[in-house]
Amino acid sequence: MEKLIVSSSPHLRSGASTQRIMLDVIIALCPALIASFVFFGPRALILVAVTVLSCVLSEYISRKVMKRDNTVPDLSCIVTGLLLAFNLPVSLNPLMAVFGGVVAIVVVKQMFGGIGQNFVNPALTARIILMNSFPADMSSWTPAFGWLNGTDATTTATPLAVLKQGGEFNFSYLDLFLGSTGGCLGETCARALILGGVYLMVRRVISPVIPVTYLATVTVISLIAGRDPLVDLLTGGLMIGAFFMATDYTTSPISRNGRIIYAIGCGLFTMLIRMFASLPEGVSYSIVLMNILVPLIERVSLPKPFGSRKGDGVK
Amino acid sequence: MELTFPKKPFRTHGGARVPHHKNTSQIPTVVLPTPQQVVIPMQQHIGAFCKPLVKKGDHVYLGQKIGDADAYVSAPIHASVSGTVSAVQQIMLPGGQMSDAVVIDSDGLMEADPSIQPPIVNSLEDFTAAVRASGLVGLGGAGFPAHVKLNAPGKIDTLIINAAECEPYVTADHREALENSGSVLDGVYAVKKILGVERVIIAVENNKPDVIGILSKIAYDDMRDPENHVRVLTLKSRYPQGAEKVLVQACTGRRVPTGKLPADVGCLVMNITSIAFLADYLRTGMPLVRKRVTFDGSAIKDPKNVLVPIGTRISEVVEFCGGYAQPPKKMLMGGPMMGIAMTDDSLPILKQNNAILAFGEKEARLQEPSACIRCGRCVQSCPMLLVPTLLEQYTEKKDVEELQKRGIMTCMECGSCAFNCPANRRLVQSIRLGKSYVKKAGGKR
Repeated sequence: MEKLIVSSSPHLRSGASTQRIMLDVIIALCPALIASFVFFGPRALILVAVTVLSCVLSEYISRKVMKRDNTVPDLSCIVTGLLLAFNLPVSLNPLMAVFGGVVAIVVVKQMFGGIGQNFVNPALTARIILMNSFPADMSSWTPAFGWLNGTDATTTATPLAVLKQGGEFNFSYLDLFLGSTGGCLGETCARALILGGVYLMVRRVISPVIPVTYLATVTVISLIAGRDPLVDLLTGGLMIGAFFMATDYTTSPISRNGRIIYAIGCGLFTMLIRMFASLPEGVSYSIVLMNILVPLIERVSLPKPFGSRKGDGVK
Repeated sequence: MELTFPKKPFRTHGGARVPHHKNTSQIPTVVLPTPQQVVIPMQQHIGAFCKPLVKKGDHVYLGQKIGDADAYVSAPIHASVSGTVSAVQQIMLPGGQMSDAVVIDSDGLMEADPSIQPPIVNSLEDFTAAVRASGLVGLGGAGFPAHVKLNAPGKIDTLIINAAECEPYVTADHREALENSGSVLDGVYAVKKILGVERVIIAVENNKPDVIGILSKIAYDDMRDPENHVRVLTLKSRYPQGAEKVLVQACTGRRVPTGKLPADVGCLVMNITSIAFLADYLRTGMPLVRKRVTFDGSAIKDPKNVLVPIGTRISEVVEFCGGYAQPPKKMLMGGPMMGIAMTDDSLPILKQNNAILAFGEKEARLQEPSACIRCGRCVQSCPMLLVPTLLEQYTEKKDVEELQKRGIMTCMECGSCAFNCPANRRLVQSIRLGKSYVKKAGGKR
């Protein structure tokens, strides 16, 4: 008889893999990618391609330099590239996008040990660094469909900026839902992002806990503050943040209770920034802030072992 | 307060949606022709090893006691064929420990020990003594001596019959329930009477509608129980429903505290094959000498349940099942979630075996682990509410204190975490290592 393989149980696996999860996220981002092309034209696709390429190369080279195994096949760097690109204005100089990709992968992800080890979301942190490095470029917004009617050289204000500056708010709910407004290239179309989010939940890649809690918190605070909750929900980076950024496994709590605390925090800080800070939008900062708080949240939210909780042992 | 029967199971935590692969559930059990030789290890249970009571050249009858220990937590071992002892030798058990084993050359007569007669049971002491003498151990796979479990005077209000059989492939209990359902009920009433149990819950996963049907019917019709204190509860098919603590929770809503037993919350859990055997033993006095074992897996040609004398070499039963369909690359004692991988197929069938699975290249291939992405699936799937990925990290650091604080000893190694892990982390393996660190640190904390 040939030698038998002896290994530890379990001898059966579900077949889930990191690569498949990342592929699902990429699939879920496709509707928003199509939307970005519809609203912002071929320039959007070029910016996405450049950013993704920058992330993939950064991942490959940094692993090579560190003499570690190549982790490009797990596809996580493509997800980071897509999310980063979706958080950029379409008119951004592609070289700045390349810089953003390098920061996301090399500084934020690989320097902390690669996938699963970074303590803040790479794409969001790169976006924040870009915003602080190139504030003017990072906040010049092109009108939706500008590439079709020749106004893509002009700039417009995002709905949230209009709100903040107290200008005339002439966006219908439908505009906001469909995404035909100025903004980052992947964040405007709530419809496409919700579609992608639902796909991720159906595929059980993410649980509804974080997005639902996050959106609910925003709604409640908006109502209390006397704002229009629908506008708060449909504007800015909230949808992409709630479905794709706050749900990043590595930088969110591991247990359900922790995720609830974390998502409430995300919603709270998003609304605080929107209402009181000088910035029009606060999704990026609030998620990164909550990322940093994850270890503290885990201290109070990890489940207690079976049999050691209150009420255990009662007949 | 009168105990009530739950209409549906109580909520349990986590678990995994494992594939069922119950390929053999509708095939009647086949009896193996008497093997020429059996190898009977002196360790087929949790507890003290038995000492052989026979020597080379002795004649033994079927059912004659050939091994026993003085320790309370142990179970005697009996000859499974009649014949001559040809050797008493050391063999390596699948778990890696060495044990004495009695080798018996069969005379082909299956001549039962003439001294065997039904036990006389008038008290709990008689009962537990008889159960010990029967050699019964938990037949669900754990192999815990049954008399130890049953010696819980006055503490038990609920008897739970475990027919969940949540491991993929395994159908030995399923066939027992169908083919020996009368004995199941007899065993239930025997234990119910002797322990003064108020209610009996026969717990079956909903992937066995035929078992639920037949047991519900005979339990309802039984004249010994006009008030219906014996009922079937349909469980969800979600691994590991059959794990003792999970089952107690599903059936009664009670949660067994850390380091305690089901008896501490008034429950006694018995495997369905164990309880049926108990009834047969009380009727005939024939100790545990044979076992129904599921032979399945992609490398077994004709998967089926086979009733085999304990100590039969696995390779012989595989031959009986048509041999190998393809070269086996991995063979398991038990189901694929908690079974032990064997080194070769010459090992004997043990009392607590319920399945032997043989797999070809495809299923045996091991996936390389990659980095943990903190997806939390291990946390969501742990029925014991542990954080497997953290336990793995603390094991790497050999941090005994944190391991204990995080409840590593509560882990029952069901494998739900590793099953669901997308990074193929060897979580159960790490946790086992971590447990050994904790045990080694022993008195320190």
